[in-house]
Amino acid sequence: MTEASPAKAYSLHLGVIALLFALSFVLPDYHHGLIARIMVLAVFAMGYNLLFGYVGLLSLGHAMFFAAGLYGAGLSVYHLGWSVPAAFLAGIACGALLALVIGVLALRTSGVAFMIVTMMFAQVFSLLMLYFAVWTGGDQGLVVQQAARVLTLGGTTLDLTNPTVRYMSALALFSIVLLATLAVVRSRYGRVLVAVRENEERTKMLGYDTFSNKLAAVVVSGTICAASGAAYALLFGYVGSSFASVQYSILPLLWVLLGGAATALGPLIGTLFMYYVTDITSGFTSAYLLIVGVALILLVLFFPKGIMGSIRQRWLGWLP
Amino acid sequence: MSDKNGFFDLSKTTLSRRTALKGLAAGAGLAVAPGFVRYSQAQSSAPVKIGFQSHRTGIGAAYGRWYEKTSAAAVKAINDAGGINGRQVELVIEDDGTDPARGAEVVGKFATQHKTDIVFGTLFSHVVIGSAPAAGENKIPYFVVSEGHHVASTKLNRYVFQPGITDVKSQIQSMAPWIAANAGKKVTQIFPDFAFGYDHRDYLPPALKAQGADVIAQIAIPPTESSFTKYFPQIPAETEVIYHVMVGPAVLTFVKELGEFYGSSRPQLFGFMDSLEATDINSPGLEFLDGSHFWEGSPRYAQADDSPAQKAYRAAVGIDDNGAAVGDAKDVSTASHMFGCWETLYVVKKAMEDAGYKGPEDRAKLVEATEALKEFAEGPEHPQGPKTFNGKIHQCFGIQNISKVEGGKLKVVHKTKIEDGLYEAEGDYTTQAL
Repeated sequence: MTEASPAKAYSLHLGVIALLFALSFVLPDYHHGLIARIMVLAVFAMGYNLLFGYVGLLSLGHAMFFAAGLYGAGLSVYHLGWSVPAAFLAGIACGALLALVIGVLALRTSGVAFMIVTMMFAQVFSLLMLYFAVWTGGDQGLVVQQAARVLTLGGTTLDLTNPTVRYMSALALFSIVLLATLAVVRSRYGRVLVAVRENEERTKMLGYDTFSNKLAAVVVSGTICAASGAAYALLFGYVGSSFASVQYSILPLLWVLLGGAATALGPLIGTLFMYYVTDITSGFTSAYLLIVGVALILLVLFFPKGIMGSIRQRWLGWLP
Repeated sequence: MSDKNGFFDLSKTTLSRRTALKGLAAGAGLAVAPGFVRYSQAQSSAPVKIGFQSHRTGIGAAYGRWYEKTSAAAVKAINDAGGINGRQVELVIEDDGTDPARGAEVVGKFATQHKTDIVFGTLFSHVVIGSAPAAGENKIPYFVVSEGHHVASTKLNRYVFQPGITDVKSQIQSMAPWIAANAGKKVTQIFPDFAFGYDHRDYLPPALKAQGADVIAQIAIPPTESSFTKYFPQIPAETEVIYHVMVGPAVLTFVKELGEFYGSSRPQLFGFMDSLEATDINSPGLEFLDGSHFWEGSPRYAQADDSPAQKAYRAAVGIDDNGAAVGDAKDVSTASHMFGCWETLYVVKKAMEDAGYKGPEDRAKLVEATEALKEFAEGPEHPQGPKTFNGKIHQCFGIQNISKVEGGKLKVVHKTKIEDGLYEAEGDYTTQAL
């Protein structure tokens, strides 16, 4: 890999953020709303990428972190009447705490066992959401009313259900997380994470406490996913157990693999690709999942390291 | 960060310039596909566009297919009779995958891309609840055919209506007098441990209590369960009626194991047809249900006293006397629910005509005109039976059928009255701003 200068790397990512900002003014209404949703879910994928891409830990339970944020924020508003900022922070706190607990337990394993343990914990979380249906709404879920999804900053009131406000809120979250993850993976800590992925034993021999570093990665990853979930609840107004199902643990894995694991922009590209392939093909046939499957196979054949991973490998070696 | 060990290699296939170009060409093809085309706004002379949020895939697919058939038949009948306000009706169908997140996106797509006049047709509760915020934010009337209590609970928003099918709270309340008087007074409930089951868990005990009967045990079965024998010893020996509402593929196993548990002497059985929609009542393993009773929204089997309207409806939709598709006896319909699509479309027609609806700019008028509706008389537009409509809670109330399994068919033995299912309003949507 050719090391990029910080200016080059940050310029590219700031350019992507600027492009998304500019798109807000030209996109047709439907795609405007869809891109807002994709940016929120790309944050989920970025959180997943931090652990999977950079540390090499394949979790099959990240839906629980997303859902922790979703429920943490949504239920705070629904039952406690909290304001949007307080609920958002509550969602993030729920995800961070859950990630710490799960990390301490699950990191006692590795490889396939780590996958199974995380999947089991996520299943427990999902069933708990169903069990406590009195508060969570169970499988039907709950609606966070429009009137409660209002952000007051100083003397300004922002209605999160307004398409422009929602888009810009999603972009703000996406931008912060994109630049933060870029900073993390380019830092000394990020290089330790990659060293763990490449050869954990050697990293230990070099004197690094790999458990602590991995635990920190799980917590940061879980916190980012929770931020995505909290934003989803507050921006789109629905909290339901389907977001805690195994499907939502598989989806970020798919998005990251498609976009390119261990690339900063891969999660966005993968999420964007999957959303639009599904959206477009479902307009032609009810067998759209078949087409999605074929598209995935073609991607595996032509872009074995995901879209951004393959671009980096073949053309732009400096891509972070 | 480099990946020196090939950690993320999904294959070892190399990429040539030619294949890369093919891939890029395919990507470009997708980008210019119809999904990106901006749709022009419907003009007043253009068809009334109804966005049909269909469960084409996912757990609701069997319902979705029959909901589409019924809706297509209703639209044909409406168009043949001159359409709505002189305009033809066009259904625009999008698959929601029976998924609430996708459901919300589909509602947004109808409102902002297809620019349909309304959204219609959703069944599964979690999809309705997940999609409702999008309907409210886009200010597009959303007519669901779900039977859930969520609309009437007034926890959604002013743009969501359920005028073509009764809700489960009303259905349960209507069943209770017949159960207490005819089946028994000591009832054990067996229900799936999720929201559909909870409606029955919460609403049946008070409804039976009011009739002098009691729920003596409630057995919740986890949704992941595939064998049920271990739960049956929990059924109290003094049980006179087992009230069961299991749904999904496991229902055949549930009935078979219940039959093996009780043998020839069993308590009375009362179930909801939701368990067996799109399933042949004569499937192997269901023999144990012979002689038991079911709630039906609209009867699956043709009845001796079917009204001309009911006969015309069945013919238009294309179901035979056994409730299966004409020409395919194995394609069993979802008769208990799908009539709601037919009736809802006629409610939309009535409300649009009352509002003088011309286009999306009249959506608020359409909401108010729908809220002003009071009664739907039995007839070709409402073949299931007469209904009343409560505009404050956006919910209709109607008759229910209790049917007995006899000789491999379901025979209606009792019809409830509209008043049996009425309850106090839990809120008032009309106080919300449009």
